[in-house]
Amino acid sequence: MTTLSAAWEWLADPAHWSGPDGVTHRLQQHLYLTAVCLAIACAVALPVALVLGHLGRGGALAVNLSNVGRAVPTFAVLVLLLLSPVGTWGSWPTVIALVLFAIPPVLTNAYTAMRGVDRDVVRAGRGMGMTGSQLLARVELPLALPLILTGVRIAAVQLVATATIAALAGGGGLGRIITAGFNLASTPQVVAGAVLVAVLALVVEALFVLAVRPATRTARSGSTG
Amino acid sequence: MTAPPDDCLARNDWLCGAYLSSRSEILLDASLQHLRLTFVSVLIALVLALPLALAARRWRRASGTILGVTTILYTIPSLAMFSLLLPVYGLSAALVVAGLVLYSLTLLVRNILAGLRDVPEDARQAARGLGYGPLRTLLTVELPLSLPAAFAGLRIATVSAVSLVTIGAIVGFGGLGNLIYAGMNTYFKAQVLTASVLCVVIAVAADLVLLLAQRLLTPWTKATKGAG
Repeated sequence: MTTLSAAWEWLADPAHWSGPDGVTHRLQQHLYLTAVCLAIACAVALPVALVLGHLGRGGALAVNLSNVGRAVPTFAVLVLLLLSPVGTWGSWPTVIALVLFAIPPVLTNAYTAMRGVDRDVVRAGRGMGMTGSQLLARVELPLALPLILTGVRIAAVQLVATATIAALAGGGGLGRIITAGFNLASTPQVVAGAVLVAVLALVVEALFVLAVRPATRTARSGSTG
Repeated sequence: MTAPPDDCLARNDWLCGAYLSSRSEILLDASLQHLRLTFVSVLIALVLALPLALAARRWRRASGTILGVTTILYTIPSLAMFSLLLPVYGLSAALVVAGLVLYSLTLLVRNILAGLRDVPEDARQAARGLGYGPLRTLLTVELPLSLPAAFAGLRIATVSAVSLVTIGAIVGFGGLGNLIYAGMNTYFKAQVLTASVLCVVIAVAADLVLLLAQRLLTPWTKATKGAG
């Protein structure tokens, strides 16, 4: 209990919120990294997944990518990038590692979503004379949207976690509060940083669930109507 | 003064045979610690997950709570999870094990529950018709039939645990993660690459062993897959 109250006191101290090592700055870094890398990962993975899913090709790639992403430790990739020539390019090692680990959930879920669209509906669209790109944009994409967004949500939460680990390899973000706490042997600071990271991850997850709900509803009414 | 030796260690190459031969003991120790941490964590998680899954199936209210809590635990980033456990366990291997158990629980409970719910009602009724009691039905009919789903969860949990052990380096109990962490601080390329590759090798090997175990334990799934 004493550790928790000490962590609370750490968080309540305004001095810990300002400055380059303060919570506000670290939170900004964390959110910025997460948002930028999520955008890059979606820009890379979604077109590939949508086209492959539409064509029904490359299923093995989509599934295996997820398994590979799980087996390769994030920390190892971060450090490998840091020691490679990329390591001298500022925050690029962190960005590359984050994007690499955000791509598999987006790609696998989007591919599965596209393949999961009712074949009868696709055939009906084709029977109405729709072209391939019309089918993709007007039939498959709307029906696949809920599961695609689930993939994006998983990637976002994963990015929050990976951005935390980036602090171990010298990156910015809230993880720095934790690693600095370990270096200072300050358990209250470690716990305070961990609480911030955990709350951020849960908030990101909750926001996505709330944001995705309307999209799911449209898709559902679209599929029955 | 002697000139520095011109070998791959001195040049700090990524691939270095001299590193492998001169540090084989360190690598072996780290790998064994890695395996121990993974094995103990997944085993404890399995022992906890089974009663939780049974409780979740038995009582509707318990199922909501159990699935909700484990999902929240799964959302917490690994570094934060280990840090939150610091006041409880201190800088110890138990901290890493506890964190990994909490992660594995989600995957295992979900998959065991899904497996139990997918047991065909016919099989259950056939067991009752043969005079099986609830416990005997569970042990000889329901659990074996839910093995494929449980193994799917077990494989994902194990592979994830192998990868997450590396984060334990923050408290000094990260198996091969310790070598990666130390290698990062000293810019020791061969050590980082070797330890990283060994991590992936352990993950893939563990996955294959579990796949083989599943094949041996559920010989009927292969037949149905071939027919389907």
